[in-house]
Amino acid sequence: MTELLEVSRLGKRFGGFVALENITLSVRPGERLGLIGPNGSGKSTLVNCICGTLRHEAGSVSFDGHVLNGSTAHQRTRRGLARTFQLPRPFVSLTLADNLRIPLVYAVAARGGHHSSHDIEDRCVALLREVGLESKARRLPRELTQVEMRKLELARAMAAEPKLLIADESMAGLTHSEVEEILALLMRLNAHGVTIILIEHIMRAVMSFSQRLVVLVSGRKIADGDPAAVVRDPDVERAYLGQ
Amino acid sequence: MRSGAFLLVCLIVGSLVYAAAIGLGNDYYFFAGYVVLQYIVLATAWNILGGYCGYVNFGSAAFFALGAYSTVFMHRFYPVPIPFLVAIGGVVSGVVGFGMGYLTLRLRGAFFAIATLALAVVLQTLIVNWDYVGGSRGAYIVRPESIAPFGSYIKYLFLIMMLLAIGSITVARLIERSRLGFGFATIRDDEMAAEASGVPTLRLKLIATTISGALMGMAGAPFPYYIGYLQPSSAFGLDYAVNSIAMPLIGGTTSWVGPLIGAILLGSLQQIATVTISSAVNLLIVGFLLVGFVIVAPNGIVGLVHKYIQHRPEDLVGRRRVSADAPETAP
Repeated sequence: MTELLEVSRLGKRFGGFVALENITLSVRPGERLGLIGPNGSGKSTLVNCICGTLRHEAGSVSFDGHVLNGSTAHQRTRRGLARTFQLPRPFVSLTLADNLRIPLVYAVAARGGHHSSHDIEDRCVALLREVGLESKARRLPRELTQVEMRKLELARAMAAEPKLLIADESMAGLTHSEVEEILALLMRLNAHGVTIILIEHIMRAVMSFSQRLVVLVSGRKIADGDPAAVVRDPDVERAYLGQ
Repeated sequence: MRSGAFLLVCLIVGSLVYAAAIGLGNDYYFFAGYVVLQYIVLATAWNILGGYCGYVNFGSAAFFALGAYSTVFMHRFYPVPIPFLVAIGGVVSGVVGFGMGYLTLRLRGAFFAIATLALAVVLQTLIVNWDYVGGSRGAYIVRPESIAPFGSYIKYLFLIMMLLAIGSITVARLIERSRLGFGFATIRDDEMAAEASGVPTLRLKLIATTISGALMGMAGAPFPYYIGYLQPSSAFGLDYAVNSIAMPLIGGTTSWVGPLIGAILLGSLQQIATVTISSAVNLLIVGFLLVGFVIVAPNGIVGLVHKYIQHRPEDLVGRRRVSADAPETAP
Protein backbone atom coordinates (compact mmCIF):
# COMPACT_ATOMS: atom_id res chain seq x y z
CA MET A 1 0.00 0.00 0.00
CA THR A 2 1.28 3.52 -0.82
CA GLU A 3 2.33 5.46 2.27
CA LEU A 4 0.30 8.56 3.10
CA LEU A 5 3.16 10.31 4.87
CA GLU A 6 6.82 9.66 4.28
CA VAL A 7 9.49 11.44 6.29
CA SER A 8 12.95 10.68 5.01
CA ARG A 9 16.23 11.44 6.79
CA LEU A 10 14.81 14.61 8.32
CA GLY A 11 17.17 16.91 10.18
CA LYS A 12 16.57 20.12 12.11
CA ARG A 13 18.96 22.27 14.14
CA PHE A 14 18.45 25.33 16.32
CA GLY A 15 21.88 26.95 16.16
CA GLY A 16 24.25 24.36 17.55
CA PHE A 17 21.48 22.24 19.08
CA VAL A 18 20.44 19.22 17.02
CA ALA A 19 16.68 18.95 17.51
CA LEU A 20 16.07 16.19 14.94
CA GLU A 21 18.62 13.89 13.39
CA ASN A 22 18.04 11.58 10.47
CA ILE A 23 14.39 10.86 11.20
CA THR A 24 12.75 8.41 8.82
CA LEU A 25 9.11 7.64 9.33
CA SER A 26 6.18 6.46 7.26
CA VAL A 27 2.46 6.35 7.95
CA ARG A 28 -0.07 4.24 6.03
CA PRO A 29 -3.55 5.53 5.12
CA GLY A 30 -6.03 4.90 7.92
CA GLU A 31 -3.32 4.05 10.45
CA ARG A 32 -3.29 5.14 14.12
CA LEU A 33 0.27 5.95 15.03
CA GLY A 34 1.46 6.85 18.51
CA LEU A 35 4.50 9.09 18.88
CA ILE A 36 6.09 9.28 22.31
CA GLY A 37 9.29 10.48 23.90
CA PRO A 38 10.49 12.36 26.96
CA ASN A 39 10.20 16.15 27.11
CA GLY A 40 12.64 17.76 24.68
CA SER A 41 12.92 14.66 22.54
CA GLY A 42 11.82 16.53 19.42
CA LYS A 43 8.19 15.39 19.03
CA SER A 44 6.71 18.84 18.55
CA THR A 45 9.65 19.92 16.37
CA LEU A 46 8.96 16.92 14.15
CA VAL A 47 5.28 17.90 13.92
CA ASN A 48 6.25 21.48 13.13
CA CYS A 49 8.57 20.30 10.35
CA ILE A 50 5.96 17.95 8.89
CA CYS A 51 3.27 20.65 8.99
CA GLY A 52 5.48 23.42 7.59
CA THR A 53 5.53 25.58 10.71
CA LEU A 54 9.31 25.06 10.86
CA ARG A 55 11.68 24.56 7.94
CA HIS A 56 13.95 21.55 8.15
CA GLU A 57 17.53 21.66 6.91
CA ALA A 58 17.90 18.08 5.78
CA GLY A 59 15.74 15.31 4.39
CA SER A 60 12.28 15.43 2.87
CA VAL A 61 8.61 15.17 3.72
CA SER A 62 6.17 13.62 1.24
CA PHE A 63 2.43 13.56 1.73
CA ASP A 64 -0.11 11.80 -0.44
CA GLY A 65 2.41 11.47 -3.25
CA HIS A 66 3.59 15.09 -3.16
CA VAL A 67 6.95 16.29 -1.89
CA LEU A 68 6.18 19.08 0.58
CA ASN A 69 9.67 20.53 1.00
CA GLY A 70 9.44 24.32 0.81
CA SER A 71 5.65 24.49 0.86
CA THR A 72 4.01 26.67 3.50
CA ALA A 73 1.87 25.49 6.39
CA HIS A 74 -1.38 26.63 4.77
CA GLN A 75 -0.53 24.81 1.54
CA ARG A 76 0.03 21.59 3.52
CA THR A 77 -3.28 22.06 5.33
CA ARG A 78 -4.99 22.48 1.99
CA ARG A 79 -3.45 19.19 0.87
CA GLY A 80 -5.12 17.46 3.81
CA LEU A 81 -2.55 17.62 6.60
CA ALA A 82 -4.05 19.10 9.75
CA ARG A 83 -2.77 19.47 13.28
CA THR A 84 -3.70 20.54 16.77
CA PHE A 85 -1.38 22.53 19.01
CA GLN A 86 0.07 21.40 22.31
CA LEU A 87 -1.44 24.50 23.93
CA PRO A 88 -4.80 25.32 22.32
CA ARG A 89 -4.57 28.33 20.02
CA PRO A 90 -8.16 29.36 19.28
CA PHE A 91 -9.06 32.50 17.36
CA VAL A 92 -10.04 34.44 20.44
CA SER A 93 -12.12 37.15 18.79
CA LEU A 94 -14.23 34.69 16.82
CA THR A 95 -17.10 32.57 18.08
CA LEU A 96 -16.75 28.79 18.18
CA ALA A 97 -18.73 28.45 14.96
CA ASP A 98 -16.52 30.99 13.25
CA ASN A 99 -13.39 29.25 14.52
CA LEU A 100 -14.52 26.21 12.53
CA ARG A 101 -15.60 28.28 9.57
CA ILE A 102 -12.00 29.38 8.91
CA PRO A 103 -10.61 25.99 7.76
CA LEU A 104 -13.85 25.28 5.92
CA VAL A 105 -13.62 28.54 4.01
CA TYR A 106 -9.87 28.59 3.46
CA ALA A 107 -8.75 24.96 3.30
CA VAL A 108 -11.74 22.89 2.23
CA ALA A 109 -13.20 25.41 -0.21
CA ALA A 110 -9.75 25.80 -1.79
CA ARG A 111 -9.85 22.13 -2.78
CA GLY A 112 -13.36 22.45 -4.16
CA GLY A 113 -15.62 21.42 -1.28
CA HIS A 114 -18.41 23.26 0.61
CA HIS A 115 -18.83 26.21 -1.70
CA SER A 116 -22.13 27.61 -0.49
CA SER A 117 -22.39 29.45 2.81
CA HIS A 118 -25.28 27.17 3.74
CA ASP A 119 -23.03 24.09 3.33
CA ILE A 120 -20.42 25.74 5.50
CA GLU A 121 -22.93 26.66 8.21
CA ASP A 122 -24.27 23.10 8.24
CA ARG A 123 -20.79 21.65 8.52
CA CYS A 124 -19.87 24.01 11.40
CA VAL A 125 -22.95 22.94 13.35
CA ALA A 126 -22.33 19.24 12.59
CA LEU A 127 -18.73 19.48 13.79
CA LEU A 128 -19.69 21.30 16.98
CA ARG A 129 -22.34 18.63 17.59
CA GLU A 130 -19.70 15.94 17.03
CA VAL A 131 -17.50 17.35 19.78
CA GLY A 132 -20.39 18.26 22.07
CA LEU A 133 -20.07 22.03 21.76
CA GLU A 134 -23.14 22.74 19.64
CA SER A 135 -24.87 24.63 22.42
CA LYS A 136 -21.90 27.01 22.65
CA ALA A 137 -21.68 27.85 18.96
CA ARG A 138 -22.10 31.55 19.63
CA ARG A 139 -19.75 31.73 22.57
CA LEU A 140 -16.19 33.00 22.48
CA PRO A 141 -13.31 30.62 23.24
CA ARG A 142 -12.49 32.41 26.51
CA GLU A 143 -15.76 31.06 27.94
CA LEU A 144 -14.67 27.43 27.48
CA THR A 145 -13.25 24.99 30.00
CA GLN A 146 -9.92 23.25 29.43
CA VAL A 147 -11.45 20.12 27.93
CA GLU A 148 -13.80 22.18 25.77
CA MET A 149 -10.84 24.15 24.50
CA ARG A 150 -9.13 20.87 23.53
CA LYS A 151 -12.30 19.76 21.78
CA LEU A 152 -12.50 23.05 19.89
CA GLU A 153 -8.89 22.60 18.82
CA LEU A 154 -9.69 19.11 17.53
CA ALA A 155 -12.89 20.27 15.86
CA ARG A 156 -11.02 23.02 14.04
CA ALA A 157 -8.48 20.51 12.77
CA MET A 158 -11.34 18.22 11.72
CA ALA A 159 -12.99 21.13 9.91
CA ALA A 160 -10.06 21.16 7.49
CA GLU A 161 -11.28 17.67 6.47
CA PRO A 162 -7.80 16.20 6.72
CA LYS A 163 -6.47 12.92 5.42
CA LEU A 164 -3.94 12.99 8.24
CA LEU A 165 -4.51 14.58 11.63
CA ILE A 166 -1.63 15.13 14.02
CA ALA A 167 -2.92 15.52 17.57
CA ASP A 168 -0.16 17.10 19.63
CA GLU A 169 -0.81 16.36 23.30
CA SER A 170 -4.56 16.82 22.95
CA MET A 171 -5.17 15.20 26.33
CA ALA A 172 -2.62 17.06 28.44
CA GLY A 173 -4.08 18.26 31.73
CA LEU A 174 -7.37 16.42 31.35
CA THR A 175 -9.10 14.12 33.84
CA HIS A 176 -9.52 10.37 33.27
CA SER A 177 -13.05 10.73 31.88
CA GLU A 178 -12.07 13.69 29.71
CA VAL A 179 -9.19 11.65 28.25
CA GLU A 180 -11.72 8.91 27.43
CA GLU A 181 -13.92 11.49 25.69
CA ILE A 182 -11.08 12.73 23.51
CA LEU A 183 -9.96 9.17 22.76
CA ALA A 184 -13.47 8.20 21.69
CA LEU A 185 -13.56 11.26 19.45
CA LEU A 186 -10.25 10.34 17.80
CA MET A 187 -11.39 6.74 17.33
CA ARG A 188 -14.60 7.90 15.64
CA LEU A 189 -12.57 10.14 13.38
CA ASN A 190 -10.25 7.29 12.50
CA ALA A 191 -13.25 5.06 11.80
CA HIS A 192 -14.25 7.63 9.15
CA GLY A 193 -10.93 7.02 7.41
CA VAL A 194 -8.75 9.79 8.86
CA THR A 195 -5.18 8.74 9.57
CA ILE A 196 -4.06 9.93 12.99
CA ILE A 197 -0.70 10.54 14.63
CA LEU A 198 -1.16 10.86 18.38
CA ILE A 199 1.58 12.54 20.37
CA GLU A 200 0.94 11.97 24.03
CA HIS A 201 2.51 11.45 27.44
CA ILE A 202 -0.49 9.56 28.84
CA MET A 203 0.68 6.01 28.14
CA ARG A 204 -2.68 4.40 28.88
CA ALA A 205 -4.23 6.52 26.12
CA VAL A 206 -1.36 5.92 23.71
CA MET A 207 -1.41 2.17 24.24
CA SER A 208 -5.16 1.84 23.80
CA PHE A 209 -5.19 4.06 20.73
CA SER A 210 -2.08 3.22 18.72
CA GLN A 211 -1.67 0.44 16.19
CA ARG A 212 2.00 1.31 15.94
CA LEU A 213 4.32 3.21 18.24
CA VAL A 214 7.33 5.36 17.44
CA VAL A 215 9.72 6.59 20.14
CA LEU A 216 11.91 9.67 19.84
CA VAL A 217 14.77 10.40 22.22
CA SER A 218 17.11 13.39 21.90
CA GLY A 219 16.00 14.02 18.33
CA ARG A 220 16.56 10.44 17.18
CA LYS A 221 14.11 7.63 16.50
CA ILE A 222 14.98 4.72 18.75
CA ALA A 223 12.00 2.43 18.25
CA ASP A 224 9.19 1.82 15.76
CA GLY A 225 6.75 -1.08 15.86
CA ASP A 226 4.02 -2.87 17.75
CA PRO A 227 3.18 -0.83 20.89
CA ALA A 228 3.41 -3.77 23.28
CA ALA A 229 6.83 -4.74 21.95
CA VAL A 230 8.12 -1.15 21.80
CA VAL A 231 7.40 -0.38 25.46
CA ARG A 232 9.37 -3.51 26.45
CA ASP A 233 12.32 -2.45 24.30
CA PRO A 234 15.38 -2.01 26.57
CA ASP A 235 16.38 1.24 24.80
CA VAL A 236 12.94 2.71 25.42
CA GLU A 237 12.95 1.62 29.05
CA ARG A 238 16.39 3.17 29.45
CA ALA A 239 15.22 6.43 27.88
CA TYR A 240 12.25 6.72 30.20
CA LEU A 241 13.61 5.20 33.41
CA GLY A 242 17.34 5.87 33.07
CA GLN A 243 20.14 3.31 33.36
CA MET B 1 -27.81 45.32 5.75
CA ARG B 2 -26.52 44.58 2.27
CA SER B 3 -23.58 46.61 0.97
CA GLY B 4 -25.70 48.35 -1.68
CA ALA B 5 -28.24 49.46 0.91
CA PHE B 6 -25.46 50.49 3.27
CA LEU B 7 -23.86 52.60 0.55
CA LEU B 8 -27.21 54.22 -0.16
CA VAL B 9 -27.71 55.08 3.52
CA CYS B 10 -24.19 56.54 3.63
CA LEU B 11 -24.89 58.65 0.55
CA ILE B 12 -28.13 59.92 2.07
CA VAL B 13 -26.38 60.79 5.35
CA GLY B 14 -23.56 62.43 3.38
CA SER B 15 -26.06 64.49 1.39
CA LEU B 16 -27.76 65.63 4.60
CA VAL B 17 -24.41 66.64 6.11
CA TYR B 18 -23.52 68.53 2.94
CA ALA B 19 -26.90 70.26 2.89
CA ALA B 20 -26.57 71.16 6.59
CA ALA B 21 -23.11 72.65 5.98
CA ILE B 22 -24.53 74.77 3.14
CA GLY B 23 -27.43 75.77 5.39
CA LEU B 24 -25.01 77.11 8.00
CA GLY B 25 -23.86 79.57 5.37
CA ASN B 26 -20.21 79.71 6.40
CA ASP B 27 -17.33 78.17 4.43
CA TYR B 28 -15.46 77.52 7.68
CA TYR B 29 -17.66 74.46 8.28
CA PHE B 30 -16.46 73.03 4.98
CA PHE B 31 -12.82 73.60 5.94
CA ALA B 32 -13.33 71.99 9.35
CA GLY B 33 -15.51 69.19 7.95
CA TYR B 34 -12.90 68.39 5.31
CA VAL B 35 -10.33 67.67 8.04
CA VAL B 36 -12.73 65.44 9.97
CA LEU B 37 -13.63 63.53 6.80
CA GLN B 38 -9.96 63.20 5.92
CA TYR B 39 -9.37 61.63 9.33
CA ILE B 40 -12.27 59.25 8.78
CA VAL B 41 -10.50 57.96 5.65
CA LEU B 42 -7.10 57.80 7.37
CA ALA B 43 -8.40 56.08 10.50
CA THR B 44 -10.46 53.59 8.48
CA ALA B 45 -7.47 52.85 6.24
CA TRP B 46 -5.15 52.38 9.24
CA ASN B 47 -7.67 50.08 10.86
CA ILE B 48 -7.71 47.68 7.90
CA LEU B 49 -4.09 46.74 8.66
CA GLY B 50 -3.78 47.74 12.32
CA GLY B 51 -7.20 46.79 13.64
CA TYR B 52 -8.27 43.89 11.44
CA CYS B 53 -4.82 42.27 11.06
CA GLY B 54 -3.14 43.52 14.24
CA TYR B 55 -0.17 45.07 12.42
CA VAL B 56 0.53 48.53 13.82
CA ASN B 57 1.56 50.97 11.12
CA PHE B 58 3.40 54.10 12.31
CA GLY B 59 3.95 55.23 8.73
CA SER B 60 0.45 56.55 7.94
CA ALA B 61 1.84 60.02 7.32
CA ALA B 62 4.15 58.63 4.64
CA PHE B 63 1.26 57.14 2.64
CA PHE B 64 -0.77 60.30 3.10
CA ALA B 65 2.19 62.39 1.94
CA LEU B 66 2.75 60.14 -1.07
CA GLY B 67 -0.80 60.89 -2.19
CA ALA B 68 -0.25 64.60 -1.63
CA TYR B 69 3.07 64.65 -3.48
CA SER B 70 1.63 62.60 -6.35
CA THR B 71 -0.76 65.52 -6.80
CA VAL B 72 2.10 68.04 -6.71
CA PHE B 73 4.01 65.97 -9.26
CA MET B 74 1.01 65.70 -11.59
CA HIS B 75 0.23 69.39 -11.13
CA ARG B 76 3.62 70.19 -12.66
CA PHE B 77 3.89 67.28 -15.07
CA TYR B 78 0.37 67.01 -16.54
CA PRO B 79 -2.48 68.68 -14.65
CA VAL B 80 -5.63 66.56 -14.39
CA PRO B 81 -8.89 66.97 -12.43
CA ILE B 82 -8.87 66.04 -8.73
CA PRO B 83 -10.80 62.73 -9.10
CA PHE B 84 -7.98 61.48 -11.35
CA LEU B 85 -5.40 62.76 -8.86
CA VAL B 86 -7.17 60.80 -6.13
CA ALA B 87 -6.93 57.65 -8.26
CA ILE B 88 -3.25 58.30 -9.02
CA GLY B 89 -2.47 58.96 -5.35
CA GLY B 90 -4.23 55.73 -4.46
CA VAL B 91 -2.26 53.72 -7.01
CA VAL B 92 1.10 55.20 -5.96
CA SER B 93 0.47 54.65 -2.24
CA GLY B 94 -1.03 51.23 -2.89
CA VAL B 95 2.08 50.14 -4.78
CA VAL B 96 4.32 51.46 -2.01
CA GLY B 97 2.07 49.73 0.54
CA PHE B 98 2.47 46.47 -1.35
CA GLY B 99 6.24 46.93 -1.47
CA MET B 100 6.41 47.77 2.21
CA GLY B 101 4.33 44.71 2.97
CA TYR B 102 6.55 42.49 0.87
CA LEU B 103 9.67 43.75 2.62
CA THR B 104 8.42 43.93 6.18
CA LEU B 105 5.57 41.52 6.78
CA ARG B 106 7.83 38.78 7.99
CA LEU B 107 8.42 41.15 10.89
CA ARG B 108 5.93 41.21 13.72
CA GLY B 109 4.90 43.44 16.60
CA ALA B 110 7.25 46.26 17.50
CA PHE B 111 9.69 45.32 14.71
CA PHE B 112 7.02 45.84 12.05
CA ALA B 113 5.95 49.12 13.64
CA ILE B 114 9.53 50.40 13.67
CA ALA B 115 9.99 49.38 10.02
CA THR B 116 6.94 51.44 9.01
CA LEU B 117 8.30 54.40 10.94
CA ALA B 118 11.60 53.98 9.10
CA LEU B 119 9.71 53.99 5.79
CA ALA B 120 8.21 57.39 6.67
CA VAL B 121 11.64 58.79 7.49
CA VAL B 122 13.15 57.45 4.26
CA LEU B 123 10.32 58.82 2.11
CA GLN B 124 10.43 62.21 3.82
CA THR B 125 14.18 62.39 3.16
CA LEU B 126 13.59 61.58 -0.51
CA ILE B 127 10.89 64.24 -0.85
CA VAL B 128 13.00 66.87 0.93
CA ASN B 129 15.74 66.26 -1.63
CA TRP B 130 13.49 66.12 -4.71
CA ASP B 131 13.40 69.59 -6.24
CA TYR B 132 10.81 68.77 -8.89
CA VAL B 133 8.09 68.55 -6.19
CA GLY B 134 9.43 71.51 -4.26
CA GLY B 135 12.00 69.81 -2.04
CA SER B 136 12.48 71.33 1.38
CA ARG B 137 11.15 74.76 0.31
CA GLY B 138 7.72 73.31 -0.45
CA ALA B 139 5.31 73.73 -3.38
CA TYR B 140 2.45 76.13 -4.03
CA ILE B 141 -0.80 74.86 -5.49
CA VAL B 142 -3.11 77.75 -6.20
CA ARG B 143 -6.64 76.45 -6.20
CA PRO B 144 -9.37 78.23 -8.18
CA GLU B 145 -11.70 80.45 -6.16
CA SER B 146 -14.77 78.67 -7.38
CA ILE B 147 -15.92 75.74 -9.46
CA ALA B 148 -19.29 75.16 -11.10
CA PRO B 149 -21.78 73.95 -9.92
CA PHE B 150 -20.48 73.87 -6.33
CA GLY B 151 -19.59 77.51 -5.86
CA SER B 152 -16.51 77.88 -3.69
CA TYR B 153 -13.71 75.37 -4.28
CA ILE B 154 -13.70 74.15 -0.66
CA LYS B 155 -17.22 72.81 -1.15
CA TYR B 156 -15.93 70.74 -4.05
CA LEU B 157 -13.01 69.45 -1.96
CA PHE B 158 -15.38 68.70 0.90
CA LEU B 159 -17.61 66.70 -1.42
CA ILE B 160 -14.68 64.71 -2.78
CA MET B 161 -13.49 63.91 0.74
CA MET B 162 -17.05 63.00 1.73
CA LEU B 163 -17.23 60.50 -1.14
CA LEU B 164 -13.82 59.13 -0.18
CA ALA B 165 -14.94 58.70 3.42
CA ILE B 166 -18.10 56.91 2.31
CA GLY B 167 -16.06 54.74 -0.05
CA SER B 168 -13.49 53.81 2.60
CA ILE B 169 -16.16 52.97 5.20
CA THR B 170 -17.98 50.82 2.66
CA VAL B 171 -14.77 49.01 1.73
CA ALA B 172 -13.88 48.43 5.40
CA ARG B 173 -17.38 47.11 6.17
CA LEU B 174 -17.30 44.89 3.11
CA ILE B 175 -13.93 43.45 4.14
CA GLU B 176 -15.05 42.92 7.73
CA ARG B 177 -18.01 40.79 6.67
CA SER B 178 -16.20 38.85 3.97
CA ARG B 179 -13.98 35.80 3.86
CA LEU B 180 -11.09 38.27 3.69
CA GLY B 181 -12.16 39.86 6.97
CA PHE B 182 -12.30 36.48 8.69
CA GLY B 183 -8.82 35.79 7.39
CA PHE B 184 -7.60 39.14 8.73
CA ALA B 185 -9.13 38.36 12.14
CA THR B 186 -7.26 35.05 12.33
CA ILE B 187 -3.98 36.83 11.56
CA ARG B 188 -4.69 39.25 14.41
CA ASP B 189 -5.61 36.44 16.83
CA ASP B 190 -2.95 33.85 16.05
CA GLU B 191 -0.93 33.75 12.87
CA MET B 192 0.45 30.25 13.39
CA ALA B 193 -3.01 28.81 13.99
CA ALA B 194 -4.26 30.73 10.95
CA GLU B 195 -1.65 29.10 8.71
CA ALA B 196 -2.50 25.71 10.20
CA SER B 197 -6.14 26.36 9.28
CA GLY B 198 -5.27 26.99 5.64
CA VAL B 199 -5.19 30.80 5.72
CA PRO B 200 -2.55 32.21 3.35
CA THR B 201 -1.39 34.79 5.88
CA LEU B 202 1.35 36.43 3.83
CA ARG B 203 -0.95 37.00 0.85
CA LEU B 204 -3.68 38.43 3.07
CA LYS B 205 -1.24 40.78 4.78
CA LEU B 206 -0.10 42.04 1.38
CA ILE B 207 -3.71 42.69 0.44
CA ALA B 208 -4.19 44.59 3.73
CA THR B 209 -1.09 46.77 3.30
CA THR B 210 -2.04 47.55 -0.30
CA ILE B 211 -5.66 48.52 0.46
CA SER B 212 -4.65 50.45 3.58
CA GLY B 213 -1.85 52.30 1.78
CA ALA B 214 -4.05 53.09 -1.24
CA LEU B 215 -6.82 54.61 0.90
CA MET B 216 -4.31 56.74 2.82
CA GLY B 217 -2.83 57.97 -0.46
CA MET B 218 -6.30 58.82 -1.75
CA ALA B 219 -6.92 60.85 1.41
CA GLY B 220 -3.71 62.77 0.79
CA ALA B 221 -4.26 63.49 -2.91
CA PRO B 222 -6.61 66.52 -2.56
CA PHE B 223 -4.59 67.89 0.38
CA PRO B 224 -2.33 70.26 -1.64
CA TYR B 225 -5.48 71.92 -3.02
CA TYR B 226 -6.86 72.24 0.49
CA ILE B 227 -3.74 73.66 2.10
CA GLY B 228 -2.44 75.64 -0.89
CA TYR B 229 1.19 75.36 0.15
CA LEU B 230 2.62 71.90 0.73
CA GLN B 231 5.91 71.33 2.50
CA PRO B 232 7.37 68.05 3.75
CA SER B 233 6.83 68.91 7.42
CA SER B 234 3.10 69.42 6.87
CA ALA B 235 2.55 66.40 4.62
CA PHE B 236 4.59 64.08 6.85
CA GLY B 237 3.20 65.70 10.00
CA LEU B 238 3.10 63.82 13.29
CA ASP B 239 -0.61 64.67 13.51
CA TYR B 240 -1.46 62.21 10.76
CA ALA B 241 0.56 59.35 12.20
CA VAL B 242 -0.76 59.87 15.73
CA ASN B 243 -4.37 60.59 14.82
CA SER B 244 -4.71 57.67 12.42
CA ILE B 245 -3.67 55.35 15.26
CA ALA B 246 -5.45 57.11 18.12
CA MET B 247 -8.81 57.44 16.38
CA PRO B 248 -9.37 53.70 15.79
CA LEU B 249 -8.00 52.89 19.25
CA ILE B 250 -10.45 55.30 20.89
CA GLY B 251 -13.35 54.24 18.70
CA GLY B 252 -12.54 50.51 18.72
CA THR B 253 -10.42 48.53 16.29
CA THR B 254 -12.41 45.37 15.63
CA SER B 255 -15.14 47.02 13.60
CA TRP B 256 -15.53 49.62 10.84
CA VAL B 257 -17.64 51.69 13.26
CA GLY B 258 -14.73 52.28 15.66
CA PRO B 259 -12.51 54.42 13.40
CA LEU B 260 -15.59 56.34 12.24
CA ILE B 261 -16.61 57.21 15.81
CA GLY B 262 -13.02 57.94 16.84
CA ALA B 263 -12.39 60.20 13.84
CA ILE B 264 -15.62 62.16 14.30
CA LEU B 265 -15.03 62.54 18.05
CA LEU B 266 -11.33 63.41 17.98
CA GLY B 267 -11.42 65.30 14.69
CA SER B 268 -14.30 67.51 15.86
CA LEU B 269 -12.68 68.10 19.25
CA GLN B 270 -9.48 69.17 17.55
CA GLN B 271 -11.33 71.52 15.22
CA ILE B 272 -13.16 73.08 18.16
CA ALA B 273 -9.88 73.40 20.08
CA THR B 274 -8.23 75.00 17.05
CA VAL B 275 -10.72 77.87 16.95
CA THR B 276 -11.31 78.22 20.69
CA ILE B 277 -7.87 77.59 22.19
CA SER B 278 -5.06 76.79 19.75
CA SER B 279 -4.17 74.12 17.22
CA ALA B 280 -1.10 73.48 19.38
CA VAL B 281 -3.27 71.62 21.94
CA ASN B 282 -4.56 69.13 19.36
CA LEU B 283 -2.00 66.44 20.09
CA LEU B 284 -2.38 67.09 23.83
CA ILE B 285 -6.08 66.31 23.53
CA VAL B 286 -5.26 63.13 21.64
CA GLY B 287 -2.71 62.14 24.28
CA PHE B 288 -5.09 62.67 27.22
CA LEU B 289 -7.94 60.85 25.52
CA LEU B 290 -5.70 57.96 24.49
CA VAL B 291 -4.37 57.49 28.03
CA GLY B 292 -7.90 57.75 29.40
CA PHE B 293 -9.28 55.17 27.00
CA VAL B 294 -6.40 52.76 27.50
CA ILE B 295 -7.21 52.80 31.23
CA VAL B 296 -11.01 52.94 31.15
CA ALA B 297 -11.95 51.29 27.85
CA PRO B 298 -9.04 49.43 26.24
CA ASN B 299 -11.35 48.13 23.52
CA GLY B 300 -12.54 51.62 22.65
CA ILE B 301 -16.06 52.99 22.52
CA VAL B 302 -17.30 50.01 20.50
CA GLY B 303 -15.86 47.71 23.18
CA LEU B 304 -17.70 49.69 25.87
CA VAL B 305 -20.96 49.36 23.96
CA HIS B 306 -20.35 45.60 23.62
CA LYS B 307 -19.89 45.34 27.33
CA TYR B 308 -23.34 46.80 27.92
CA ILE B 309 -25.12 44.63 25.38
CA GLN B 310 -23.44 41.34 26.27
CA HIS B 311 -26.80 39.79 26.96
CA ARG B 312 -27.23 39.80 23.18
CA PRO B 313 -24.66 37.39 21.73
CA GLU B 314 -25.41 38.53 18.19
CA ASP B 315 -23.98 41.99 18.87
CA LEU B 316 -24.96 45.03 16.89
CA VAL B 317 -21.43 45.61 15.70
CA GLY B 318 -18.03 44.03 15.78
CA ARG B 319 -18.69 40.46 16.87
CA ARG B 320 -19.47 38.35 13.90
CA ARG B 321 -22.72 36.75 12.82
CA VAL B 322 -22.79 33.02 13.32
CA SER B 323 -24.96 30.12 12.32
CA ALA B 324 -28.63 30.84 12.28
CA ASP B 325 -29.21 27.16 12.92
CA ALA B 326 -27.35 27.10 16.20
CA PRO B 327 -29.66 27.28 19.21
CA GLU B 328 -29.82 30.45 21.24
CA THR B 329 -27.82 30.17 24.43
CA ALA B 330 -27.67 32.21 27.58
CA PRO B 331 -24.42 34.15 27.92
